[in-house]
Amino acid sequence: MKTRTAKKTGGYLLNAVLSAAVIAVSVMAPDFGATVKGVTIVWQLCYFIILSCSLNLVIGFLGQLSLGHCGFMAVGAYTAALISLAFQRAGFYTDKGGGAFLLVLVICIVAAGILAALVGVLVGIPALRMKGDYLAIITLGFGLIIVNIINNLPFCGMDGLSKGSAASALYANGLGFVAGQLITWLWLPVALTILSVIMMYMFVRSKYGRAITAIRDNEIAAAASGVNVSHFKVLTFVVGAFFAGIAGAIFSMCSSTLSTASFNFTSSSILNSTFIVVMVVIGGMGSLTGSSVAAVLLYLLNYTIKNGKWVSVLPVFLRQLFAYPMLVYSIVMVIVIIFRPHGIFGTYEFSLYNSLKRLFSKRRTAAAAKEVTDNE
Amino acid sequence: MGAFLTALFTGLRLGSVYALVALGYTMVYGIIKLINFAHGDFIMVGAYALFFTVPVLRAAGAPAWLAVIAAVLVCAAVGMVTELAAYRPVRKTGTNMTALITAIAVSLILENLAQAIPAIGPNPRTVASIFAAGGISLAGATLSWATIITIAVSLVIMLILYSFTQKTRLGRAMRAVSEDKQAATLMGINVNSTILITFAIGAGLAGVAALMYVAQYPAATNVMGATLGLYAFVAAVLGGIGSIPGAMLGGFVIGLIYSFSSAYISSSLASTFVYLILIVVLLIKPAGILGKNVGEKV
Repeated sequence: MKTRTAKKTGGYLLNAVLSAAVIAVSVMAPDFGATVKGVTIVWQLCYFIILSCSLNLVIGFLGQLSLGHCGFMAVGAYTAALISLAFQRAGFYTDKGGGAFLLVLVICIVAAGILAALVGVLVGIPALRMKGDYLAIITLGFGLIIVNIINNLPFCGMDGLSKGSAASALYANGLGFVAGQLITWLWLPVALTILSVIMMYMFVRSKYGRAITAIRDNEIAAAASGVNVSHFKVLTFVVGAFFAGIAGAIFSMCSSTLSTASFNFTSSSILNSTFIVVMVVIGGMGSLTGSSVAAVLLYLLNYTIKNGKWVSVLPVFLRQLFAYPMLVYSIVMVIVIIFRPHGIFGTYEFSLYNSLKRLFSKRRTAAAAKEVTDNE
Repeated sequence: MGAFLTALFTGLRLGSVYALVALGYTMVYGIIKLINFAHGDFIMVGAYALFFTVPVLRAAGAPAWLAVIAAVLVCAAVGMVTELAAYRPVRKTGTNMTALITAIAVSLILENLAQAIPAIGPNPRTVASIFAAGGISLAGATLSWATIITIAVSLVIMLILYSFTQKTRLGRAMRAVSEDKQAATLMGINVNSTILITFAIGAGLAGVAALMYVAQYPAATNVMGATLGLYAFVAAVLGGIGSIPGAMLGGFVIGLIYSFSSAYISSSLASTFVYLILIVVLLIKPAGILGKNVGEKV
């Protein structure tokens, strides 16, 4: 008879071993002959996973629609970039190797998260007094305002850090990685993503998470049961903003340019607040598994539509349609919402330990049943 | 004085376009409590309709503004199709939030579908000029005919719409549905068809707005509706969403704020001011200037 803790320990152990293995693989990426092209995909996947999971905290678990998520990402990206440049100017590190640089990276990432979270507090306290539609619009407005303000800050500049005191030095001196560095530093985004998703998962499974889902299910009942509704709303919003900031830090490391055009409400690329909402909705509102899977699948789908050979095999009509992938995604989104209003995964969370256990126990009972029939 | 008057005229003209769009938002929101994100894109549909019909009318020797009839019809048709194909099924199964997300999806579909249609394509299209050039010179500023027509048309439309909702049978049905769907059903009102007609009227107004907008900025692009729609939405919220005179008032206020802040403060910060106004209004008086405060039902 296993106790509850024993069951949990088994799961934790399995997950820890798996995470360690994944990080180990990414550390050894250069030895496996990883290409810059392939590695860039992994970097981008990492920030998309963090983004969609963190937005799911607000949309899926708290049940409030936020349309300005990329604004927080922009705050994180610019914070990380500017801080790394400041350290470089101060002569804290000279080459992108060594312990000093790693320390700077950690500081940049944490600062990116914290500043995004602070902006989240500033936005969240007034915004979360609104409900539903109004909240959506107000977050959208804030997202646009954040980008607009960054544009007008003299040291950020409109043309991707190339104006003002930050100059164009980011990728020469700051935390921007190019070519081979993307491969040797691959472990960093992978580890960050695993850590972030674990932290978010723990957050939604904690007593705070339960309070938040209570608010989603029935705000009035939750308030009547003693849940401080506005406190928890702001808390969730801020946690979401924090992780969006971290995603922004990863973005600033792996993108060859940093400009506010990347953080708009809609844009021709798939990095925009609306598309993150698409990922969350298709994946499942209330399932971090769903968000991660949807982020990976939609990213890869988008990537192969743009670069893959299989598109040219399709009939002309479909090929024309795929020239505008956003059209396909939005049609899929409407269909998903009509037939599965809570997204494909709903609130289901995948657990490797549990599914393995179920698989084995099924086999064992099947074997036992067979034995019994054989004995008879 | 000249600069001030120019900013004032630009503001009033922009404001009346926003007001026309805001009227559509307000009507749809009033009846089904849904922010129709795709409403801005109806303007884009209208602008493309104008792009195709104006040359035809010119060739036939008819006045160009008659193209607005085609724009209104096309917009109303698109509005009704979106309601039937997307909003109605979602209203049956989903919540408020899924309806809102559907609205965003519909907006994306319209924007990208426009690009995918070969006759339109991703590049901006120039719409032939519609109104005669010229106007009244006034203390160093020009009040163009187009501006006067735009302001007059939007005021007239607001008056017609207001008396329509107050006096006619259908207008009363709309107000009844917006107050209580179930009770309206019990009174023998066909709720679904009323909502459909509201969508048609709202989208049709976007067609008129398209004419006014294109007369000033003669380019049709597939994303032209996005920002325009947002500003108009801000206008609707500012005036009090659900209220027809409120939408008008909000439209003029937003238009004036936009033109004066870009003329006197900074043109790149003008949109920030518009959104700040929205946020301040929502925080101080969420129901808007002319809106009614509605208590929450437990």
